[in-house]
Amino acid sequence: MSALSQAAAEIATARKDILRIATAGSVDDGKSTLIGRLLYDSKAVFEDQYAAIERASRGDYVDLALLTDGLRAEREQGITIDVAYRYFTTPRRTFILADTPGHVQYTRNMVTGASTADLAIVLVDARKGMVEQSRRHAFLASLLRVPHLVVAVNKMDLVDWSEEVFEGIRDEFAAFATKLEVPDLTVVPISALQGDNVVTRSANMPWYEGTSLLHHLEHVHVASDRNLVDARFPVQYVIRPQVLGPDSAAFHDYRGYAGRVAAGVLRPGDEVQVLPSGLTTTIAAIDGPNGPLDAAFPPMSVTVRLADDLDVSRGDMICRPHNAPHVTQDLDAMVSWMADAPLVPRMRLAVKHTTRTVRAMVKDVQYRLDVNSLHRDTDATGLGLNDIGRVRFRTTQPLFVDDYHRNRVTGRFILIDESTNATVGAGMLTPAG
Amino acid sequence: MTTPDHRLSQLQTLEAESVHVLREVAAESERPVLLFSGGKDSIVMLELARKAFAPARIPFPVMHVDTGLNFPEVLEFRDKRVAELGVELVVASVPDAIAAGTVREEPNGSRNRIQTPVLLDAVEQHGFTALFGGARRDEDKARAKERVFSFRDEFGQWDPKNQRPELWDLYNGRTHLGESIRVFPLSNWTELDIWGYIAQEEIAIPQLYLAQERDVVDRQGMLYAVNQFITPRDGEPVLRESVRYRTVGDANLTAAVRSTATTVAEVIAEIAVTRLTERGATRGDDKVSDAAMEDRKKEGYF
Repeated sequence: MSALSQAAAEIATARKDILRIATAGSVDDGKSTLIGRLLYDSKAVFEDQYAAIERASRGDYVDLALLTDGLRAEREQGITIDVAYRYFTTPRRTFILADTPGHVQYTRNMVTGASTADLAIVLVDARKGMVEQSRRHAFLASLLRVPHLVVAVNKMDLVDWSEEVFEGIRDEFAAFATKLEVPDLTVVPISALQGDNVVTRSANMPWYEGTSLLHHLEHVHVASDRNLVDARFPVQYVIRPQVLGPDSAAFHDYRGYAGRVAAGVLRPGDEVQVLPSGLTTTIAAIDGPNGPLDAAFPPMSVTVRLADDLDVSRGDMICRPHNAPHVTQDLDAMVSWMADAPLVPRMRLAVKHTTRTVRAMVKDVQYRLDVNSLHRDTDATGLGLNDIGRVRFRTTQPLFVDDYHRNRVTGRFILIDESTNATVGAGMLTPAG
Repeated sequence: MTTPDHRLSQLQTLEAESVHVLREVAAESERPVLLFSGGKDSIVMLELARKAFAPARIPFPVMHVDTGLNFPEVLEFRDKRVAELGVELVVASVPDAIAAGTVREEPNGSRNRIQTPVLLDAVEQHGFTALFGGARRDEDKARAKERVFSFRDEFGQWDPKNQRPELWDLYNGRTHLGESIRVFPLSNWTELDIWGYIAQEEIAIPQLYLAQERDVVDRQGMLYAVNQFITPRDGEPVLRESVRYRTVGDANLTAAVRSTATTVAEVIAEIAVTRLTERGATRGDDKVSDAAMEDRKKEGYF
């Protein structure tokens, strides 16, 4: 192996963590160009892909935006239809980027993209400053509780790299952000077209003292974004080897509860409570993908074995006796509605929450939120497509829930229309009252 | 494996996500099946399924759409792996379908398009409600827009403009009779992640993936090994080259790349500096147009 290929292999397989990013922007603010720039400059673009877009580009610059427009209808109509996922890696981190279109079905797509994100990038055109869509994107990121928000002020080349323009936008955004719950806001002046402050610091803006966008993405601290306090383990699947695997003769008494740790740290010997029965026992062992573990934490998929032979099935919740989620049939939630037919009182829907699916009825719509002004319309009688509002539900069976701001996993649910099987909404639980 | 600050590496994170997806389908879908070709992605997917349900046996069968144009060593590998795991193997045979007259051979010799109706017939015949596929979003622009749970109508068709929203990791796998869900547990893995995982977990793969000297013919820059499906044309020079395969599709259409990598670590080193996507480098079937994959997926292909 050459030194070069050895170095490359080390970068490729080094132990790194993953940062999940959601991007949002309006039609012409250069989002596709920025993503193309990140992919190209971090060398995630291959020669054949580059050759294909070089052929398709018109004008002086190779149009990096063409890297991200995948479907034929998108190229024909010059629009982006759906959330697309991109992958790139640097020596420090691996990145999964959900690229959400800014116009068609913007709320539905932005909510989808932001739901899994650690960090959201909102693009602003330096010539236009903050527009309605910038506010909307920032609000949706905060509604989904994306822990880190980056505002990329793009096209700085078209405002003569002006510090004054940048500061005006930065201050306006910071003032708006105080109305939202944004734990971590960073504002970066860039030119996606020319690459300034995207991967490397720009020589055109010596007044800017921060880091480049990529440097920020590589270093932003995300490990503490998880809830490692409130132990929550929704049982996903019961493993009882009735038909033994080839090497499982020793496991005829095995009964394990498979699932993904939603929050907290579980250890063998921990006293635990199982909901809904309320019975307590201790964790006998935790099996990971490669054998027994001494601790399990989010987002691990493990199998928990209990000391006592309890009746536990899919949809049950394992927690700590003195730190249990709320057991309730009444849900108060912010709902993002994604169906053409409106959500109205008395509507019946299925609710999928962790590994438990129950039926529910809409009790009332408390208000509809104007995502541009943040005004609450309490006269609203329902939610239309792409509306967001606060809704109360009554479920047929209890759910084991936490507030979304405390726990993003046990505080969320989806709504399913049982006649079409379509996913029609997303819910984030809020404290009742 | 884990560090004291409770963090996972990217491979551990991807592994946890895939295991979650496999278990979710096993819990909610009536009759899932895992598509297993003996290629590296489906090998990794099968290994993740083994881990997801251990020490129990994988609770669903595996299916191979056999085009009749497979590399013999890949078929051997398939049968060996299936026997080791004790899982049921369903083979949907394209040659049988040609013999029965349900599909017709295409003039260009490619069985890529005609394997789709064979797959769909097998799904209907066995009543499969969910199909695990090893596709990754980094493979192709059309794949980048695919959900982890991809809904297909009763004709197996994909409608990219009408996908179900997919929020958090709360998957909706509900279907009506006749409809099915394609599930892609490896959606967020890249080619390098697959190789890194094969190395880390020491997973067995067919020898085709490692370099060896083969007789090859050079056709428009693509190197095809001479075998029972590829014979040199009149006057076509046969070269002796050290090559390996980056993908294993049909033996008549899959080209090899020049390589000296005889271990997985050396393959990773080569890939890390390679500047061609794996499909662009080796698949004659995807060269048809920029939207070839999108068109095939709409018709029900994986």
